[in-house]
Amino acid sequence: MNNEKKLVVAHAPYWHDGSKISTKNNNIMVAALPAVLMGISHYGAPALGVIAFAMACAMIWELIMNVAMRKPFSIGDGSAAVTGLLLGMLFPATAPWWVIVLGTSLAIIVGKQIFGGIGFNPLNPPLLALAMLVISFKGVFDFDEALRHYDLGFVMTYPLADLKYFGTEAIDKFSLGDLFMGKQAGAIGSTFGLGLTLGGLYLILRGYMRWEISLSFLAGVFITALLFNLSDSAKYAGPFFHLFTGYTLIAAFFLVPEDSSSPANFIPMLIFGALAGLMTVLIRNVGAYVDGVPFSILLLNLANPLLDRIRPKAIGKVVENA
Amino acid sequence: MIKRSFLGLVKPRLQYSLVSDTVRELPVPSKVTLLLKEPGNGGGTTPPKVGDAVKTGQKLSASPEGAEYVIASVTGTVSGITPYVDGYGQKYTAITIEASSQDEWDDQFNKELTLDTVQNFFEYAPGNPSFKAFADPEKRIRAIVINGMEEDLLITTNQYVVKNHAQEIKSGIQVLKKITDIDRILMAVPESLFQEANTTGAEVKTVSDIYPNGLPHTIMKDVLGQVVEAGNAPEDMGVAFIAAEAVAALGAAFDTGRLPVTKLLTVVGKDGKTTNVRARIGTPLRDVLQVCNISLSDRDRLILGGPMRGAATYSEELPLGPGTDGIVVQDEGNSAEVTDYPCINCGECVRICPVKIPVNMLVRFLEARLYEDAATMYDLHCCIECGLCSYVCISRIPIFQYIKVGKYELSLIETAEAE
Repeated sequence: MNNEKKLVVAHAPYWHDGSKISTKNNNIMVAALPAVLMGISHYGAPALGVIAFAMACAMIWELIMNVAMRKPFSIGDGSAAVTGLLLGMLFPATAPWWVIVLGTSLAIIVGKQIFGGIGFNPLNPPLLALAMLVISFKGVFDFDEALRHYDLGFVMTYPLADLKYFGTEAIDKFSLGDLFMGKQAGAIGSTFGLGLTLGGLYLILRGYMRWEISLSFLAGVFITALLFNLSDSAKYAGPFFHLFTGYTLIAAFFLVPEDSSSPANFIPMLIFGALAGLMTVLIRNVGAYVDGVPFSILLLNLANPLLDRIRPKAIGKVVENA
Repeated sequence: MIKRSFLGLVKPRLQYSLVSDTVRELPVPSKVTLLLKEPGNGGGTTPPKVGDAVKTGQKLSASPEGAEYVIASVTGTVSGITPYVDGYGQKYTAITIEASSQDEWDDQFNKELTLDTVQNFFEYAPGNPSFKAFADPEKRIRAIVINGMEEDLLITTNQYVVKNHAQEIKSGIQVLKKITDIDRILMAVPESLFQEANTTGAEVKTVSDIYPNGLPHTIMKDVLGQVVEAGNAPEDMGVAFIAAEAVAALGAAFDTGRLPVTKLLTVVGKDGKTTNVRARIGTPLRDVLQVCNISLSDRDRLILGGPMRGAATYSEELPLGPGTDGIVVQDEGNSAEVTDYPCINCGECVRICPVKIPVNMLVRFLEARLYEDAATMYDLHCCIECGLCSYVCISRIPIFQYIKVGKYELSLIETAEAE
């Protein structure tokens, strides 16, 4: 018996499709690159600084929380880096360092780690941080104010703010093509619609993201904006304007389909996305905030556990007292 | 191992192997080990003893009327009786027989065409058939499905039998009809074997070659249009499943008068090369691997069965059982490792589950050991144990293992309550 080989015993299955969380997160970062690069080319080194600092801070907060909570180190899976990157993309290029430190700590600690880390967050971490920051430090996220020293050769006023405060005549100066190509003022990584769409399509085709949520969110935004526009086109902007401005596209392709805070079944995914889109336009058109994305998605995140109860009956399930 | 494709939008489709290789016959091994299931009420009255002479085809059991028995696959002398417990806690008595070179056939088997005879001599036949359901008045079996599909990927044993031993299956079907009085005998085969299957006289149904369409529960739903209720077996719906190999063995035995003592199996090497082998039941795995030129090293995996539903084992001294359809050898670099990462709710498992279980929720309850809630709220008992959820899990959670543990723990609770 001494010369017996020591074999490894494990439970079936012995095959795996090779997917890994770190691969997925790396792909998300790659997909976000076009939009980020456009932001950096617009705003230069400060934008690069914000993005890099946000990613570094997020990873350090994750590490600190790992140590504090005596858990195995999880920064290797890339989820903290993705959170930092996405949060950085939502900031204006002029965001001060303390906002970034505070924002990443909110995202990583309040948004994720206190619930137990990756997979347990009920809310989307970058959006939770953004929402808290927007409420607390209005000036930092007033893009007209924040970007007043920049002149990049296109209209440098924030389209959604123009719409909110000056009505539809004020947005005539924006052409839809310019908006889609990133020629608009706004956060570093959320203005380049084409880049975000390409990145999103890449993630969808690779199977790293649930297309149902993205598309239903876009459809929700589009249809709601269209209905508003049809009811009173002098007061409400058209659907494409809402699609191409603010945080709509980055939300559709990178924020709404976040794994842990969104449903996994087909019909709940559609309802989730569509309602988030509807809320976004409602807040923009009727509510107090310039952009409704963070609040609408956070609200739907809360409804996610309820929505995900709508599911097909398992085959073979015996329904008692039916 | 089949990796995720570059474009991951569509679900992965795992296909059964359809081309069966030719069969390599193994010589009679120097010793065989037969695993006799331990009867529930302790030791029997006349267990075989060390030094007993046995003949090929001789029935060995703990007591003359014992329901559990094995059929000696060689002629020789009993050289060892040891207890053995398998990975799922089932207790056995391992009977080792030193084989002599000449086969001497036992003549207990009388070819009488009754259910009793079949129950008495074929429960240890290759393909692991069970005839208990036919004798059970509660089951009321109305149809028999001969499964020409495989239990797992890579394996081609049943298909080989359908392709090359259709005549024996035909006589096996006659035997089945005679002893059970059941006229409806179906056969599930992949499309490529339709012609061969058609010559056997069974009602042939084709099954697509995508895993897990060869599993009895899936065949019940797709072919017979009957959904097996959670926690039940097809037998509870009046349908008995028998592997094609077992039917062929039955037919051959009644034609020749000799009980089946060999098992056909697919051996998959580290490089993924498959070989079909026919060996005596009870042959040590070492002998099989030697013939296929597979050498093991430390930290390899030796899997009885296939890659999705098999059971990794710890020693190459263990024997081939009548239900071992395949042996898969994996080296360390090719093995799928599991992690203790939490579920990130990506929903891959929900989308791939063939019975639509909300696996993302189920696994949370199983991890927290809330087995009863898992069963009542999240359909634990609907699981048909295909292993696809673990296969696609991006967190590499051993979901399949959790499910098995959950079912096992619940069965313990149930037996405790029954007592």
